Amino acid sequence: MRRAIRAEWAKACSDPAVPWLLAALVVLSVAVSGVTVAAARCPAAACGQDPARISLAGVYLGQAVAALAGVLALGGEYSTGMIRVTLTAIPRRRRLLAAKALVLGGPVLLASALALGAATLAGVIVLPGHGFTAGHGFDLASWATARAWCCATAYLTLVALLGLGVTAIVRDSAASTGVVLGLLYLFPIAALAVGDQAVKRRLEQIGPMSAGLDSQATIDLHGLPLAPWAGLGVVALWAAGALALGGALLRLRDA
Amino acid sequence: MIRAEWVKFRSVRGWVVAVVVAAVAIAGFGLSGGDQGTCYGNSCAQLTGPGGEAVSDSFYFVHQALTGNGSLTVRVTSLTSTVRVPHGGTRRAAVPWAKAGIILKATLTPGSAYAAIMVTGSHGVRMQDDFTGDIAGPAMPAGWLRLTRSGATVTGYASADGARWTRVGAVALPGLPAIVQGGLFTTSPQWTQTSLGVATITGSPSQSTAVFDHAALTWRGGTWTGTDVGGSSGPAAGPATGYSRAGGQFTVMGSGDIGPVTYGPSGIGTTPAQTLAGAFIALIILAVVGAMVITAEYRRGLIRVTLAACPRRGRVLAAKAAVTGLVAFAAALAGTAVAVPAGQRVLRSHGVYLPPMTAVTELRMIVGTAAALAVCAVLAVAIGTIARRGAAAVAAVIALIAAPYVLTVSIPVLPLGAADWLMRVTPAAAFAVEQTVVQYPQVDDVYAPAYGYFPLPAWAGFAVLCAWTAVFLALAALALNRRDA
Repeated sequence: MRRAIRAEWAKACSDPAVPWLLAALVVLSVAVSGVTVAAARCPAAACGQDPARISLAGVYLGQAVAALAGVLALGGEYSTGMIRVTLTAIPRRRRLLAAKALVLGGPVLLASALALGAATLAGVIVLPGHGFTAGHGFDLASWATARAWCCATAYLTLVALLGLGVTAIVRDSAASTGVVLGLLYLFPIAALAVGDQAVKRRLEQIGPMSAGLDSQATIDLHGLPLAPWAGLGVVALWAAGALALGGALLRLRDA
Repeated sequence: MIRAEWVKFRSVRGWVVAVVVAAVAIAGFGLSGGDQGTCYGNSCAQLTGPGGEAVSDSFYFVHQALTGNGSLTVRVTSLTSTVRVPHGGTRRAAVPWAKAGIILKATLTPGSAYAAIMVTGSHGVRMQDDFTGDIAGPAMPAGWLRLTRSGATVTGYASADGARWTRVGAVALPGLPAIVQGGLFTTSPQWTQTSLGVATITGSPSQSTAVFDHAALTWRGGTWTGTDVGGSSGPAAGPATGYSRAGGQFTVMGSGDIGPVTYGPSGIGTTPAQTLAGAFIALIILAVVGAMVITAEYRRGLIRVTLAACPRRGRVLAAKAAVTGLVAFAAALAGTAVAVPAGQRVLRSHGVYLPPMTAVTELRMIVGTAAALAVCAVLAVAIGTIARRGAAAVAAVIALIAAPYVLTVSIPVLPLGAADWLMRVTPAAAFAVEQTVVQYPQVDDVYAPAYGYFPLPAWAGFAVLCAWTAVFLALAALALNRRDA
């Protein structure tokens, strides 16, 4: 396993796309968060706005980059035929996928933690000046904020792993990108499009993005379709399911 | 050349499937129907104003019949508004377009001609007439107002102290009957608050209370009567309205609006752009396929064969762009041609009010959206040619084309200012072809791209995308000619 990880690490380090992707993840997440934080206003108590969600709005764009990083970690090998060399060197397919998941997950986790940490900090510093004060019922420097940051970081990492798993199933970068982004954005938009409240709530519970983003909430927790940690669990199930199916298919199919 | 490219495109099963999925996604989302409304049959048939446009006309009116020419003066001492809070009760709130002042109205029937001068929640003194006319006066929150009728001309004045008067404006109301209803009014529109961009909307009807005194008429005085014009017709019980009088002081409470109808969170129903919710999936798919059309050749080395077969490189690029664009256009058109007409039917059958649309506008939405998606695919081809690597091209295409659209229209988490800016400068501006409704600055609503209000006119937005595409195609042609394959 250590050899497999070292091999994957060497490949990742020599791929010119990796630093760009991680930089894009940080820059785009922080940029979107910065814009939403700057625009947020809470004019009165009970204004119904969640400061953590506002600070972490960058996740909405950052997840596309994280998914892309996951897709390219494996998709690139399929398009160049490199996968055959890799599998010759590491014939244990599931070990290979586990090594890839670790080498992908670590840097994405760090980059997400950095980006979202900066975004959360920006919110904690700026938002009290925009009406998110203790007088209006907000406590920004709290455990809830820290939990939202942890959950969002874990969410981005899980989305990258979901991208990896889907690519192991689909075996093509472009198609996998389409599938993962579709999977992420489809559920919330479909939930907006259906009229039936029960179906809408169910869609929000099973969709990876809507469930995962519930984990960032710090207000009105009782009104959410899922409790924060349960929401993160749904995303973890999606990622684990995709990786498990991908691992099984990798074993069953020729490369 | 075109044929060669078409054969290549056709022979990649994944691309063909993807393009079909794009078409199905547009149609499927269009038909999925969305919200439930309460407008069945003619229950939401809209009032129309003197100009023929759909209008709201509900306010509390303390009036008397006034014959011939004359003038009415009053002082508004305060205008305060309340909104409902989620768990019952009300709270004070700033409602920018709460209105209180003097109105002369042809009849008490909603939709009839009028001229009015008023103070507003936070837009100062305004003179408005016949639902769409709006003239700004001095920026004061309360003060003296005067309305003077001379034949068919009504002139409005405002003053801070009742001594020095400013003429705000004069409007002509041809056909105003000799006897009109004139007096004091208060009204207060739907109040909406957005959070997380415009992704979360909360709102309630608002209610405003205005205190008037020193009411003076040059007409022969009659008795004041209170009427809730256009009120209590809605299915839900609105906020309390009415008036009370103590000596020379009138307190008038009203709720509603006098103005053109808007469509969206604060208005009624929705805009037809909602039927194209599936465009985001098609956009992601077509942009990725467009990028792959060229990067796949670089990856497999096929580009060397292609360039050997046709050494004129500009032509290769043109042929690829043409084939991708035409395929994308055909697929998208198949989707939009189903989604727009059938989607509107589905929404109406669910009781959602949609503004009427001319056949030309509907055709522009159908063909324009398909064309915008097709040009986005061509732009992706150009970006792919410049980037050559699939990864970089797909990332660039997602960031440049898909992300601005998804974050402002599909999942609108960006604040309004940023969303409008993105919809002016990025290639996603082209989706202004979905614009079918007019923004009125004198009516509060969430005028966001997500609700079908785009900052640019349809063809200007489309031109922005074409400019991006032209520049990138030129760069791509240059790069293709200069570089070895």
